[in-house]
Parts: sequence; C-alpha cells; structure tokens
Amino acid sequence: MSLGSLPPVTTDPASARPGAPDQPVPSLPRTAGRTAERRGDRAFRGLSLSAGLSLLGIILAIAVFLVVKAIPALQDNTASFLTDRVWDPNNAQPAFGIVALAFGTVLSSVLALLMALPVALGVALFISHVAPRRLAGVLGYVIDLLAAVPSVVYGLWGIFFLNDKVVVASAFLHEHAGWFPLFGGDDIFGRSIFLASIVLAIMILPIIASLSREVFLQVPVSQQEAALALGATRWEMIRTAVLPFGKPGVIGATMLGLGRALGETIAVAIVLSPAFVVSLDILSTNSGNTIAANVALGFAEASSTGRGALIASGLVLFAITLVVNVIARAIIYRRREFAGAL
Amino acid sequence: MAKRIESVGLSAYYGGFRAIEDVSVVIEPKTITALIGPSGCGKSTFLRTLNRLHEVVPGARVTGQLLLDDEDIYGPGVDATGVRRTIGMVFQRPNPFPTMSIYDNVAAGLRLNGVKRKGVLDDAVERSLQGANLWKEVKDRLTKPGAGLSGGQQQRLCIARAIAVEPQVLLMDEPCSALDPISTLAIEDLMTELKDRFTIVIVTHNMQQAARVSDRTGFFTIEATGEPGRLVEIDDTQKIFSNPGEKRTEDYITGRFG
Ligand SMILES: Nc1ncnc2c1ncn2[C@@H]1O[C@H](COP(=O)(O)OP(=O)(O)OP(=O)(O)O)[C@@H](O)[C@H]1O
Ligand SMILES: [Mg+2]
Repeated sequence: MSLGSLPPVTTDPASARPGAPDQPVPSLPRTAGRTAERRGDRAFRGLSLSAGLSLLGIILAIAVFLVVKAIPALQDNTASFLTDRVWDPNNAQPAFGIVALAFGTVLSSVLALLMALPVALGVALFISHVAPRRLAGVLGYVIDLLAAVPSVVYGLWGIFFLNDKVVVASAFLHEHAGWFPLFGGDDIFGRSIFLASIVLAIMILPIIASLSREVFLQVPVSQQEAALALGATRWEMIRTAVLPFGKPGVIGATMLGLGRALGETIAVAIVLSPAFVVSLDILSTNSGNTIAANVALGFAEASSTGRGALIASGLVLFAITLVVNVIARAIIYRRREFAGAL
Repeated sequence: MAKRIESVGLSAYYGGFRAIEDVSVVIEPKTITALIGPSGCGKSTFLRTLNRLHEVVPGARVTGQLLLDDEDIYGPGVDATGVRRTIGMVFQRPNPFPTMSIYDNVAAGLRLNGVKRKGVLDDAVERSLQGANLWKEVKDRLTKPGAGLSGGQQQRLCIARAIAVEPQVLLMDEPCSALDPISTLAIEDLMTELKDRFTIVIVTHNMQQAARVSDRTGFFTIEATGEPGRLVEIDDTQKIFSNPGEKRTEDYITGRFG
C-alpha cells in the first residue's frame, strides 16, 4: 500500500548521537566475497527492473489492444457514446452510450462503500483493540475466510435469499421515507441497485476490515501508551493514536474495496435487473446497470460491433478505477509528512 | 499543586509473575526522586504503577495501596483515566504522535480534557514549550510534524506535552537514555526548574544524573532472575552516594555489583 512512501525511520539513537561516524567508509579490499555481493546486487537490480518494465509493457499492450478493438465500433455508433442512455450495439444501426452504465457502476459502488466502510472499521477496531484475544483470533479468521468466498456465491445468495428481504425493506423505506431522493421511484422493488449495493457491501466488507485490522495492529504500543498516559479513555486513545496512524492504510484498503466493487461482475450480473437509465431511485427494479455486469451478460451474444462496444465500456471502467486510485494517492501524498513512522 | 505520593505494600504482577514486591515509600511534593537499580529489577514497573499505566498490559495487576495526597488511586471507584490526567509521564524513547504537528502534540492532552478555545490552547502550547525549553527552536514551525525534530527535541516535546495539562506529578522513565550529553544537560536543567511546580520521579541508569538532579534516591534490586524486585533503601541522594545504609546499595553504586 503506502508503506513504500513512508519517510525513513529517524529515531535510531546511534544516528542522533553527535560524532557518530558519517564520513564515507574507506574502500575495502576487493575480496572475492565483495565482488560476489556486487554481482548479486547487479543481477537483482536487472531482474527487478525487467520485471517492472515487462509489467508496464503488458499494461500498455492491453490498453493498445482495447483501443484498437474499440475504435471501429465507436465509429459505427449512431448514438453519442458519452451521453446517450441506450445499449443496442448488435443492431444493424448500432446505438450505445456509456453514461447509464458508468452512473450505475459508480452509484452502486459508492453506496456499497458507504454501507461497508463504517462497519468494516468497527469490526477492525473491535478485533484489534477491544475483543479479548481468543475472540479476536476467531473473528479475524472468519473475516479472512469471508474475503476468500468467490463472488458467484455472494451473487447466488443475494438473489435467492437476500432479494426477498430487500423487497420488504425497500417497500418500508419507500413508504416512510419516500421524500428522500434515493427512496423515490415506482412501487416495484427487488433486483434493484439497492440490492446490488448491499451485496457489494457485504463482499467488500471483509477486505476492508481485514486490511484495516492489519494496519491498526501495527500502531506502536509507545503511541498508544502516550495517549493513555495523557488520560485518554480507550476510545480517545483510538481516536488520538490509532486512527490517525492507520489512516493511509485505511484509505488504501478502502480503495481496494472500491476497486473490487467497481469491477465486480458476476454477483451484480446475477442480482441486478438491468436497465439503461440514469436514476437515483435505487429501490426500484430496473434502476440501473453496471459496466462489468453488462459485459458479462452481453458478451456471449455480441456481434463484432457489440464486442467493440463492450470493450469500449471496459476502457471507461479502466479510466474510472484509475481516477479513483489517483485521488487516493493524492490524499495519502498530501499528508505524507505526517505519516506515522516511528 | 504538586502532590505527595505514598505507596504502601505495593506489589505488581505480569500474569502470574510478580515483578515487584512490597514497595513502601514516601515521595514528598516538589522533590525529585531518582530510582536506580540493575536492569530488570522493576523500576519501570514501579513507575508505571504510579499512574496506573501498569494495568494496560494484558494480565497485569497491582496489589497494595498508592496514596496521592491520602487518596488511594487503586481504591474502589477510582477512574484510572482521571488519575492519569493528573500524573504526567515521559517515556524512555521519545514518542510524539507522528501524525500530529508540534502544536497538536502539545495540545493533545488539553484537547482530551475538552479545551477547545484557540486562545487558551495557544497560551498553553507556548507556555509548555517554553517550560520545556523548546519554544525558541520550534516557534516558527509549530505546524510541522513533531516526528521531524531531533531526538532531544522530540523528548523535550514529549515533556511539553506532559506538562501542558499541569499535572501534579511528573514521571520520567530514563528520559535521557537516547540523548546526547548536551540534550541530557538541557533536560536535567529543565527538571530542576520543573521541581518548583511538580513532584518528579525519574528512573535512570546514570549515577551521575541521579546524583546531579535528585533530592532523594531509591535503590531497587532483585536477588535472582525470576524473583520479584524490591526497594532496598531510599534516602537523601547525598547520603545514598556517600554513605548508604545497605551494603548492596554501596556495591551497586561503586560498580561492584554482580
Ligand atoms: N509487559 C511485560 N510482560 C511481562 N513481564 C514484563 C513486562 N514488562 C516487564 N516485565 C518483567 O518485569 C520485570 C521488571 O521489568 P522492568 O521493565 O520494570 O525493569 P526495569 O528495572 O525497568 O529494567 P530496565 O532498567 O532494563 O529498564 C522484568 O523481569 C521484566 O522481564
Ligand atoms: Mg525500565
């Protein structure tokens, strides 16, 4: 995550002592051992450099491939790709626009994040700082297990178990809080963006909780005792010492969760009743669709233009995740001086 | 409002292990008391019983009484966080909050006490940093991270953080062990100044330091590993270093220990 950007540890007592030798070490005789070490260094540098470069090369190749495949479809498009709310690329007069899909993708993921983040942080803090050790161990194990469940399982559970409950809850929310912008719309519930968001939230919760717990466990005891010695209660100690220290890590974990939600394919494809609309009425059936789910559902029957259209939508998804990550990096970078490294 | 400390038959445990046994001692207000003794004899443990920080270690507990001006801080119904708010502590390794600025580090204790007014905080921060002899060095970079200071400056920042809440007692666990001689002297001078306002208890491995700064010196030791640490004697510093009452103290001070 952000560990690479932390400032170097500066509290080594030896380096704080004046008169510590900091003149360059006199060059040693070139024994066989040292030459071998240099060769090892050089080999390692070469290896890691070429690994990094090949990774860049692969990403570049993917991007070029996607763009090349997408261009003909975009040229044949009779609708506006950026603004029209249709998806009919297999027609003789192909018409497709990304805005509904992009909107649904971002909306469902942001909602999922809003639902998952507070719970995940609570779970992580409970495991790292509140629960007795035995319980914490069991809970940590369960969370890691949940993070490893394949998404198709969540999708099936969402449609066969959760949907009925969400229909009831949606009706309740619509009736009693229908004035709230998200809870409006018509009276047909189920298989909605709301359901998709809940399933996504449940999927990303263990990821965020698991990573955040790791970060919270890293907070040095000396920091926590500093807060306690000032008379902090447990919650105040968490607020003063644990949360700020863990913030870059939590942001990283959140972005990972958001990335997973944005790109989640099969679970959303299973639970959502797709519609190409830009609507905030998340409770209603046919309240939207996501890019990834649309690819999963449409790819098998797509014509060549259809495939190009789906590839173009994939490029947009790629761009969205990129933007999200850049924002996260920027947040972490802005406070880098204050990143906790002691 | 410096307070008097009196421990009565105090023992401290880590799980089943008894780290110190039956420590009874009186520490007068506005004095500096130095605690010396070999490594592992329980000096830090004793110090941490004085502000009830010992009990935050899982499985750790304390028996006996600890009177702060006649109130037993281990008495029923006494809130540990309340105790800690009146007793400041400085640790062996400087531990400013790395995510906070210099200003916020010093203000942290006040904010925990619910002080929000900027004027009050500004005054307290300046006063505490001046009290810790750090004001001149940092007054132009109060918004910079506290972890960006040198080790000695960080330790003085931690002292400023501890005295900002005007505690009645100041506990220091080897506060100079990671510092150079100049920073050490600066902190020793500071302790002598702070003595006018606080009761100070300091753990140190440095005999000269104990002799230089303290009014009273207590000597802890252990008979053997696994045995609990005990307070062998506590007396005026001059007496301890010139004519101790116990042979074991003399052996330790003159370097003839084990
Ligand atoms: N967190 C802990 N858990 C279990 N035992 C501990 C813990 N901290 C200290 N001890 C034990 O308690 C005894 C006293 O330790 P303490 O740290 O008080 O010694 P000290 O006199 O401060 O030593 P030093 O001079 O090396 O700092 C030691 O035997 C130590 O191993
Ligand atoms: Mg110690």
